[in-house]
Amino acid sequence: MTRKQKRLTLIGLAGLVLATAVALVLFALDDKITFFTSPSDLAQGTVKPGMRLRLGGLVEEGSVKRENATVHFRVTDGANAVAVTYTGILPDLFREGQGTVAEGKVGTDGVFVADSVLAKHDEKYMPKEVADALKQSGHWQEEAAKATPKTN
Amino acid sequence: MIVEVGHYALVLALALALVQSVLPIWGVKAADARLMAVARPVAWGQFGFVAISFAALTWAHVASDFSVANVFENSHSQKPMIYKISGVWGNHEGSMLLWVSILALFGAMVAWFGRNLPKTLLAAVLGVQAWVAVAFYLFVLLTSNPFARILRAPMEGRDLNPILQDPGLAIHPPLLYLGYVGFSIAFSFAVAALIEGRIDAAWARWVRPWTLAAWVFLTLGIAMGSYWAYYELGWGGWWFWDPVENASLMPWLAGTALLHSSIVMEKRDALKVWTILLAILTFSLSLLGTFLVRSGVLTSVHAFATDPARGVFILGILVLFVGGSLTLFAARAGALTKGGLFAPISREGALVFNNLFLTAACAAVFIGTLYPLLLEATTGGKISVGAPFFEMTFGPLMVPLLLVMPIGPFLAWKRGDLLAVAQRLAVVFVVAILGTIATWWATRGGPILAPFGIGLGLWLSLGALAEIAFRIKLFSEPSVAFRRAVGLPRSAWGAMLGHLGVGLLIFGVVAEGAWKVEHVLVMKPGETVQVARFDLTLTEEKTIVGPNYDATVAHFVVREKGREVAVLEPAKRNYRTRKMPTTETAIATFDGFSQLYLAMGESQGGGVAMRIYWKPMVLLIWLGCLVMAIGGAVSLTDRRLRIGAPKPSRVASAALPAAAE
Repeated sequence: MTRKQKRLTLIGLAGLVLATAVALVLFALDDKITFFTSPSDLAQGTVKPGMRLRLGGLVEEGSVKRENATVHFRVTDGANAVAVTYTGILPDLFREGQGTVAEGKVGTDGVFVADSVLAKHDEKYMPKEVADALKQSGHWQEEAAKATPKTN
Repeated sequence: MIVEVGHYALVLALALALVQSVLPIWGVKAADARLMAVARPVAWGQFGFVAISFAALTWAHVASDFSVANVFENSHSQKPMIYKISGVWGNHEGSMLLWVSILALFGAMVAWFGRNLPKTLLAAVLGVQAWVAVAFYLFVLLTSNPFARILRAPMEGRDLNPILQDPGLAIHPPLLYLGYVGFSIAFSFAVAALIEGRIDAAWARWVRPWTLAAWVFLTLGIAMGSYWAYYELGWGGWWFWDPVENASLMPWLAGTALLHSSIVMEKRDALKVWTILLAILTFSLSLLGTFLVRSGVLTSVHAFATDPARGVFILGILVLFVGGSLTLFAARAGALTKGGLFAPISREGALVFNNLFLTAACAAVFIGTLYPLLLEATTGGKISVGAPFFEMTFGPLMVPLLLVMPIGPFLAWKRGDLLAVAQRLAVVFVVAILGTIATWWATRGGPILAPFGIGLGLWLSLGALAEIAFRIKLFSEPSVAFRRAVGLPRSAWGAMLGHLGVGLLIFGVVAEGAWKVEHVLVMKPGETVQVARFDLTLTEEKTIVGPNYDATVAHFVVREKGREVAVLEPAKRNYRTRKMPTTETAIATFDGFSQLYLAMGESQGGGVAMRIYWKPMVLLIWLGCLVMAIGGAVSLTDRRLRIGAPKPSRVASAALPAAAE
């Protein structure tokens, strides 16, 4: 092989790897990302069933019902509420009236089937998406806002 | 008083860093040996003052001096001593102080071990190192002062976040920072080389031990963090593709690429410009990691604070150093002499292949981590990029790299013979195929890709062992093999262990992913559940009182074929001060590497929710990382690194035995 051919082989291989990486990333960005929604977004019906979503809001007071290892609860942003079911162990800080993020899909019956539920890491922390959504819907309380910064 | 001394010492360290950042580089430019000689003693002095500062903060934590805001926020008089100490860096201000302390430590070590470096290079390296230090001293002093006092001292502190009260978390941040900050040395060497406009194979030999050391610590730090998440969070996962995890993975990937490209530079004087760029990128990614974690743009267990001023400050540091060094690179890279050429099928070619895939994988992680931030900043849209994205991008980019990995070390420099390599690896290949078929047969009906994963693990680990076996002529006379084994450079053993570790890691990842068993159920005392080959009986639920928490404990007896093999006590703790519950998992190890994993949920209707996992071969994940890190450490003891670099000479480097990596 000549000097030039060697160079070209290297550059060709590099280009190929780069193209593969770009293709993979573009395809995955199109298909594998999860959108964040609020109960109000869901109520507007703009979301098609079967799409992976992160649903954020507060756990509605008095809505948590347990049935063996399955939990039913409602997530609310004050204006609207969505029924959620989840089978598994809830995080330590999952509480009625507190912020939560459920990840999963909306079933055909409108019930959100979560495969993971996140709560805050300690009593002062609220997921940022939830805080923003609550601010938007006007249910943000200043007391909570002051407590957010320190999360440790 | 001690606290004020600590604060003052930090200011003095900043003053020395300012001196160190100007005079030595001025000396280099003016060719003034006296100015250059300033660098070493000042680097030691800087470290000395930072050490005093760090010790002062530690004292405040140990003595529970709640008049210091930092101690009040993060400590409690009843906290066990180990967490009083680890609490020093279990918060934003303290962890940044640890960051600058480690930076100064590395600077002092370069000053110590760099005695035989060329004077100009040493002065330039320490000067650049001090630029980074000045930026971070200013950050700590101006936005994150750990020594701030509270006017009316409270009687009791707020306690450390309970999930951080764990031995794993006591050592995870220091290890990670030793890794992150360690790459600053490679960065300083790269920028110094660009300033001087001169670079050769000897440069690579000086940089390599520092990169290797940083890489070893980063590997251990990431593995430690992963194991901590596994047993402490109670979710049973070991890697979540969380942005903060990605923030540590990116410098690791770039650092791994740097380790390999610097071999080419050292041995063959090639890939110089690329190696310089990688050194800059690796530390830039470390800075990016610090920014992501410390600025509060991410919400996670690591996001200590969301003070916008801090975020902007770190972003400024990031832009200054990344932008500045890349501009310098663009201006000067063309002036660096290019090295020798090589055939695509050669050791160099294999290492280039390694670099291509590692950097491509790193770029994929980079995009997946930053895209949500970018989207939110530009359109306000909120998305999350999770495991599915990374499995689809990172996974396929790793497979070719792993497939080629055992072949690389067999190839000769300059021009390799693929046929000869194929002959040597034929047996390993056949064993890997047989292993794949056997696994498929034994686990019919299971995940389809898993047997291939086991085959890949065999290919990697046996391939690494085969390389050493051939080099020491294991199957010739024992005395010959022994002599050759002793004579083999330690770097060759290190490379073998590094690659073997990857093989072990793959075994663990594949087995845990494909054949884990998960049960989530509500159990009442007296009930028994069968998981994998075990019968677990919940005998009782009891309450205990700990030093700073109360706990509910479930007592499980584990039986295998009727014989009691383990007692497990998962618990739910409630920390009194923060009124915060945590899950304490209970884990028993079987067959050496497989684990039975119990996490407790909430009590309900006379029973308790339990999550029970059987995780086959899961320990191999972290054992693999440990073996990789040991490989790095063994390589670090190699003679040519230990005794320091000789004067660069083409004849000398050509005469060296064809030592691998």
